[in-house]
Amino acid sequence: MKKLINEPEAVVDEMLEGMVAAHPELRRLEGTEVVVRDDAPVEGKVGLVSGGGSGHEPTHAGYIGDGMLDGAAAGEVFTSPTADQLSEMIQACDGGDGVFCVVKNYEGDVMNFETAVEMAEMEADTDVEYVVVDDDVAVEDSLYTSGRRGVCGTIFVHKVAGAMAASGGDIAEIKRVAEKTNERVGTMGMALTSCVTPDKGEPTFDLGEDEIELGIGIHGEPGTERTEIMSADEITEHLTEAVLEDLDLESGSEVATIVNGMGGTPLMELYVVNRRLQELLDDRGLDTWDAWVGDYMTSLDMMGCSITVLELDDELKDLLAAPAETPGLTVTE
Amino acid sequence: MGDDRMDRETQSEAIHEAVEAMADRLAEEKEHLTDLDSAIGDADHGANMNRGFQAALERLEETDGDPAELVKTAGVALVSEVGGAAGPLYGGSLMKASQELEDGITAETTVAFAERYLETVEERGKASVGDKTMVDAITPAVHTYKKAVEVDDHDPLEALGKAVDAAERGVAFTTPIRAKKGRASYLGWRSVGHQDPGATSTLYLLEELLAVATEYLDGEVEVDAETEVDPEELEEPAVEEAAVDEENEEGA
Repeated sequence: MKKLINEPEAVVDEMLEGMVAAHPELRRLEGTEVVVRDDAPVEGKVGLVSGGGSGHEPTHAGYIGDGMLDGAAAGEVFTSPTADQLSEMIQACDGGDGVFCVVKNYEGDVMNFETAVEMAEMEADTDVEYVVVDDDVAVEDSLYTSGRRGVCGTIFVHKVAGAMAASGGDIAEIKRVAEKTNERVGTMGMALTSCVTPDKGEPTFDLGEDEIELGIGIHGEPGTERTEIMSADEITEHLTEAVLEDLDLESGSEVATIVNGMGGTPLMELYVVNRRLQELLDDRGLDTWDAWVGDYMTSLDMMGCSITVLELDDELKDLLAAPAETPGLTVTE
Repeated sequence: MGDDRMDRETQSEAIHEAVEAMADRLAEEKEHLTDLDSAIGDADHGANMNRGFQAALERLEETDGDPAELVKTAGVALVSEVGGAAGPLYGGSLMKASQELEDGITAETTVAFAERYLETVEERGKASVGDKTMVDAITPAVHTYKKAVEVDDHDPLEALGKAVDAAERGVAFTTPIRAKKGRASYLGWRSVGHQDPGATSTLYLLEELLAVATEYLDGEVEVDAETEVDPEELEEPAVEEAAVDEENEEGA
């Protein structure tokens, strides 16, 4: 498989170097794979941080900026960052009001964040809290998880928690809205192709020319069901059904949606999916207040998409509408 | 007090030596651990543990300090170098349990250390006995050590010996059972018949701890003149044992 890389071991390091070169408002903590706002720690607000394996770009460092994250740690491809680096990130983003971490539910991520929180408390007496996002409705347990996986719904959590932090909310308030978002969001994904990690150079699972995989995660792990290829509308119906069944929304509810590309899908096809998604929501009497379409939480070069639906209330609408300026997401007033 | 000071130095020396022995052992067993892991995991346990303990050894060579500080340093090294879930399980637990050694290594503190280590691994890994994980080696070792010291009044070295035997039985127990935690659990029934790599590496760490503890407690009685001070000698060994236990647990 052809890749635009030098040495597989150097991919994460070289990506981060290129990223901070493109975005002078970002800075890399020396000797680490941690990226923070150039002006971190920001005084007068709680620091908001995230992190996880690489290969999900623009997640995680792509959401650093005003109104969203203060820092993000990058692990190796599909591998959790280590707790010592997470702890350094937490300490670098503490402007005196403490730090809140957004963690996706993967065993390695959760254990390393938990350890990092203890380290930061022990070493610097930092006030730290975290939320574990588990929005994937496809599986209860998986290759890398106990419980549901954390996937694209994490972007809504970054946005909501980031807006609360930017508006001066304390750690408890941030935790409350982050948990509220997590409780009201569901995601289901599918793959047309597997993905190819830089070190292996071959697909992480085999998928025939005429097959698709439903219920995939974001680490190239196989999904819950393999079927013959279907039309975009049929695929969208499958994914939407699964998410709505989980959320169990009343007619008249307002929602925000994401049609997320897995990294190798043309935007054209994502819009085709969004067209059907919005029809389906409309049929059920659901009112889409905001619809995002694009690559938000990718899985390297996988072709496929995921659909995320978030049930809104007035508070969440305000927080989603608040301004944000990051490499991966910009919201203007 | 001079004696006490000497005591701490000897303890620190023993911890250095134990980590070195563990690092050597993991280097030797790297391939074997990788083979075990490739059957039910992702084939990186041998390499990750080897890398982690080499790093721990390097950092300890640059560190002087009390037993608690040394054990913590080793834990941080494992957290940063082992990676994945094993980093927090082996290193984070060591880091946390090291707080129990602040008064040095005694029969009492090593029991507390061992218990704290087990508790942290269980909590972080959300695993219990019978899940086919490192917990299956650590639990019998820690329970046996505590009982031997507190109930049967054995000296720490003897207690550690019994703990290692118990861990060995725990490792054997992981083979015929189905994995319920960790990556192996994804294999369901196909995990039956394979020995757990984490429990295995834990046993290696404990065996090396025992070897070093034996050297110090049995042999190096430079305190010959003070042979009557047996309790102190025992305490030192106990500390070492505890350290070994911790390390073993980490390894698992």
